[in-house]
Amino acid sequence: MNEVLIVRTGTANTASVIAAFERLGCAPRLCAEPEEIREAARVVLPGVGTFAAARDALGSLAADIQERIFAARPTLTICLGLQLLAEGSEESPTARGLSILPGHARRFSGEVRIPQLGWNRVEASGSCQLLESGEAYYANSYRLDPVVPNGWAMASTQHGEAFLAACERGPVLACQFHPELSGPWGMRLLQRWLDAARSWEDQAC
Amino acid sequence: MLMPRVIPCLDVRDGRVVKGVQFQGLRDAGDPVALAQAYQEQGADELVLLDVSATPEGRANATETVAAVRAALALPLTVGGGVRVADDAARLLDAGADKVAVNTAAVQRPALLEELAARFGSQCTVLAIDAGVRAGTEEFGQGWEVVTHSGKQRPGQDAVRWAREAERRGAGEILLTSWDRDGTRSGYDLDLLRAACGAVSLPVIASGGADTPQHMAEALGAGASAVLAASIFHDQDMSVDDVKAALQALGVRLRRDSTSSRSQGTQP
Repeated sequence: MNEVLIVRTGTANTASVIAAFERLGCAPRLCAEPEEIREAARVVLPGVGTFAAARDALGSLAADIQERIFAARPTLTICLGLQLLAEGSEESPTARGLSILPGHARRFSGEVRIPQLGWNRVEASGSCQLLESGEAYYANSYRLDPVVPNGWAMASTQHGEAFLAACERGPVLACQFHPELSGPWGMRLLQRWLDAARSWEDQAC
Repeated sequence: MLMPRVIPCLDVRDGRVVKGVQFQGLRDAGDPVALAQAYQEQGADELVLLDVSATPEGRANATETVAAVRAALALPLTVGGGVRVADDAARLLDAGADKVAVNTAAVQRPALLEELAARFGSQCTVLAIDAGVRAGTEEFGQGWEVVTHSGKQRPGQDAVRWAREAERRGAGEILLTSWDRDGTRSGYDLDLLRAACGAVSLPVIASGGADTPQHMAEALGAGASAVLAASIFHDQDMSVDDVKAALQALGVRLRRDSTSSRSQGTQP
């Protein structure tokens, strides 16, 4: 089975994510069924417009995603999908995140162009299993501090200040950048995530 | 540090890439998917696809072209041409665009920028400005005015002020084309770039007039976040990687990831 469930949030531009997994020989499918999203072998939460709109669109599926991340089931979240794992965002003060990662997303500050649109250097820490250092494509105005809970490994990037580029824990991978738009480097990262998902499945069976 | 982008531009009409000077005398320059793939392999940082179809039939084809390019492309793709309402943008995003560029329709109805930013986010909303040199008048000094309808109209709007207004209305990026330089290969309009980059904190893509890596380095020096070119690449004078190597030699720090000269990924 090569199925990859892409969480249907209604507002996300998912075509690039779908195309990337098709190129890797997978069968991506949009899905908004809570049970499937809780139990599926591979789930991707793509990035969307604003924090509040994304949180609203996610609705009760947030709890299902939270559950699978706590259970360390293979999950990939992208761009705003990473910020949704935090406690909240300055962008939408009343919307609550999933509180898996500490802190709130804040707007970039200092003498930098916003949004951050383009390629930037990712530095992966030595404890990363999936993430490697390299150059990734970003499209974001808000970012998280480079801090992760115990048990997570992380990568960071500089845009005026250091921020959380990505973090991982087993087959759970959350990226602020867009791996699906990050050329060969991004495709290799997606392949490593798929490989990690496969070993997880083998162990679970 | 964010790296400057080198962006090949595909002007597409009825499913084929075309080129011409100021949209006059269009010539066929190839298949969009084949060109997109070639530029990706050469290490392009992003692609811009502008639909210059003149007819509704051509427009319908453009959506298919976007989908076909997307299937092959692991890079950001900006698509523009004929976007008048948010639903037009939604169609292009569904087909595989990552960002949507608007031009004439936003000049006519600036609220379009707010609608796009609210529905898809600023990072998805690109304002394309065609700017033509304006002779000094009593009201305005010398500067640049907005050119619309593929050069046919000049509604009398200052291009730099329009960029600033677009930022306030939620645009996330400015694709700034010098109408006077476009297709001439005489270099970007650096004064225009300096004026626009100083007026907004958004990233600005320099467009119109590129012939050499030196021109591109000058545009980046003038504040541009990215340089767009068509003729250089379509004419196969230089590959994207040739251009990037030359830019590196000029001291520009950028990403090199072509299949011909792949930088080694750092292994943990």
